Amino acid sequence: MDSLKVAPDLRVSIGDLSFANPVMTASGTFGYAKEFNDFVQLDRLGAVAVKGISLEPRAGNPPPRVVETPAGMLNAIGLENVGVARFISDKMPFLRGCKCRVIVNILGDSIEEYARLSEKLTGVAGIDGLEVNISCPNVKKGGVAFGTVPEMAQAVTKSVKGATDLPVIVKLSPNVSDIVAMAQAVADGGADALSLINTLIGMAIDTKTRTPKLANIIGGLSGPAVKPVALRMVWQVASNVSIPVIGIGGIGTAEDAVEFLIAGATAIQVGTANFYNPGATEAIIDGISDYLVEQGQASVRDIIGSLKVGN
Amino acid sequence: MPQFQEKSIVVTSERLSESYFRLVLESPRIAAQAQPGQFVMAACGSTLDPLLRRPFSIHRCLGDGTLHLLIKIVGKGTKLLADLEPGESCDLLGPLGKGFTLDPDKVSGLVGGGVGIAPLLFLVEQTNARYPQHQALHVFLGGQTGDDIRQLGQEFEQIGASVSLATDDGSLGMQGLVTQPFEEALGTLQQVFVCGPMAMMAATATLCQQANVPCQVSLESHMACGLGACLGCTVHGADGNYRHVCKHGPVLPAEEIAWIR
Repeated sequence: MDSLKVAPDLRVSIGDLSFANPVMTASGTFGYAKEFNDFVQLDRLGAVAVKGISLEPRAGNPPPRVVETPAGMLNAIGLENVGVARFISDKMPFLRGCKCRVIVNILGDSIEEYARLSEKLTGVAGIDGLEVNISCPNVKKGGVAFGTVPEMAQAVTKSVKGATDLPVIVKLSPNVSDIVAMAQAVADGGADALSLINTLIGMAIDTKTRTPKLANIIGGLSGPAVKPVALRMVWQVASNVSIPVIGIGGIGTAEDAVEFLIAGATAIQVGTANFYNPGATEAIIDGISDYLVEQGQASVRDIIGSLKVGN
Repeated sequence: MPQFQEKSIVVTSERLSESYFRLVLESPRIAAQAQPGQFVMAACGSTLDPLLRRPFSIHRCLGDGTLHLLIKIVGKGTKLLADLEPGESCDLLGPLGKGFTLDPDKVSGLVGGGVGIAPLLFLVEQTNARYPQHQALHVFLGGQTGDDIRQLGQEFEQIGASVSLATDDGSLGMQGLVTQPFEEALGTLQQVFVCGPMAMMAATATLCQQANVPCQVSLESHMACGLGACLGCTVHGADGNYRHVCKHGPVLPAEEIAWIR
C-alpha cells in the first residue's frame, strides 16, 4: 500500500518565536543577506542572523584579515560594520522584504552600549530577535571579554533583556574553561536562548618570514575543523541548561546539522560554509527533510535531543 | 547585475610554462555577463582541504559560452585546478566585482605583471569587439622568465595591440621591470590599466600620478567569499578608509589606494 507522502514538519520554536525550519545563517558569514540573493532563496531560510552591529560604525582591523587553515579558516575582521543607524536605514528595507526571520547580532564595548543598541533596534519593523555577541572586550574592565566571565555575561544579558521586548539569544564564546557555567549564568540572566559556539581563538605563522599570517596576530577559527568541539559544547549545554540552544560550528551538510539536532540543538546556524558553498543552507534544509523521511519521523522536533547514550 | 553559481565543465587545460596554465571552462551563464576586470571564485576540488574558493580574474570570454582563466600554480588549490582534465567540472561563482572602464577615444596603456596579465587580454578583445575604431592599445608585460609571457605576448600582438616585454632574467624582451618600458612610453598614453604584483602596481600608479594620467588598478587579495560578506579582502584606502577588493573592486582608480604606508 502506498503511504501518503507528506513532507516532514520542519518547524521549530524558540520561546514564542516560530521558525519555518531550524536552518539559520551565522552572523558575519552572510552579510546583510542581500549579498547572497543570487545564490539562495532567502525566503526558504529559517532565519538570517546579520553581521554584528554596534552603536557606531566600525572600520575593523588592518589586512591581512583572513587565512585558510586545514579544513578551516582564521579571521580577525575586527567587527567591521555600518553602525546601527545605517543598518536600520540602508539594510533593513531589504531584510524586511524577506519571508525568513531576521535576527540582529549586536556587540558593544560596555554594558550600557548593549542596552542602548537594544533600545534602538526594538520596535524596528522586520526584526524578530536579537543575538548578543559577548565575545567582545569590556573596555571598562580592562578589555576582558564579556563572554569569559560568568558575572559579566549575565550582566550584559540582564541589561539587554531590560532594554527590549524582543527575544534575546546570547551567543557564547567557546574560549572558556566551563561552557555550562557560562550558559547557566546567561540563562539565569534571563536569556531566551543560547547560540554556540563563536570562533575558537587560534593563530597561524608564516615560517619563511616568521611573522603571523594575520595582522591582528590571533583570530577566530571556524569551519569544519571546529565541528567536534562545537558539537561537544552544544551537547553539554543542551543537557544541562533548560533554555533552547542554537548549534553553530563547522556545519556544512545536512548530516552535520542533524548531529547538532540530535545533540540537543533546537536550531542550527550555518557559517563558514556560506563562503565556500553559498547554497549550503538550502541543501541543508532539503537534507534534513530527506533524513526525517528516511528515519520515518514526522517532525524535526522528534529528533531534537534524541541522542542515545549507553544501553 | 546577476551572479551565478555554475558547475563548469573543463574544455581544455593548456600548460603555458612550468607554473602557468590556462583553463577553458564551459560556463555560459557567467561568460554571458562577464566584463573585463571582473573575477570568479573557483572551488578547488571537492574535499574540505583546501576549504575556500580561489579568486581568479576572468582572462577571456570569446562569446561561445566558454570562460578562460589564466592561473599560476602557487599552492595546493591551484595545483588541484592544474590537475583538472577535460570533461571534469569546476564550480564557479561569478561574475563578481567591478571591472575596467575604458574610453575608446583615448590611447591606452595596459600593464600586466605575471598572472596579473590575465584580465588584460579580455580587456583588449572586448575593446576590439565593442569599439572597432578605438585608439591604440599599448601592452606592457612583465614576467620572471620568457616562458611565462612569450605566448601571451604573441596573442596580444595577434589581436592588434603593440607589445613591450620585460623579464627578470632577461630571457625575453628587456631585462628588468616592466615599469621601465612603460615609463618611456607614458608620455603618449592617456589612460592606464594595471594588474600585477603590488609593488609593480604601486610604481605604475605613482608614475601615472606624476604624469597626471588616469590609472585603474586591478587588486588581488585573499578572500573567503568574494561576495562582500566575509570582509576579509581589505586594502588601505588613500582617504584612511578601507576598501574591499571583492565589492569596491577588484578594479579601482589608483588614487583611491594608499600605495605607500
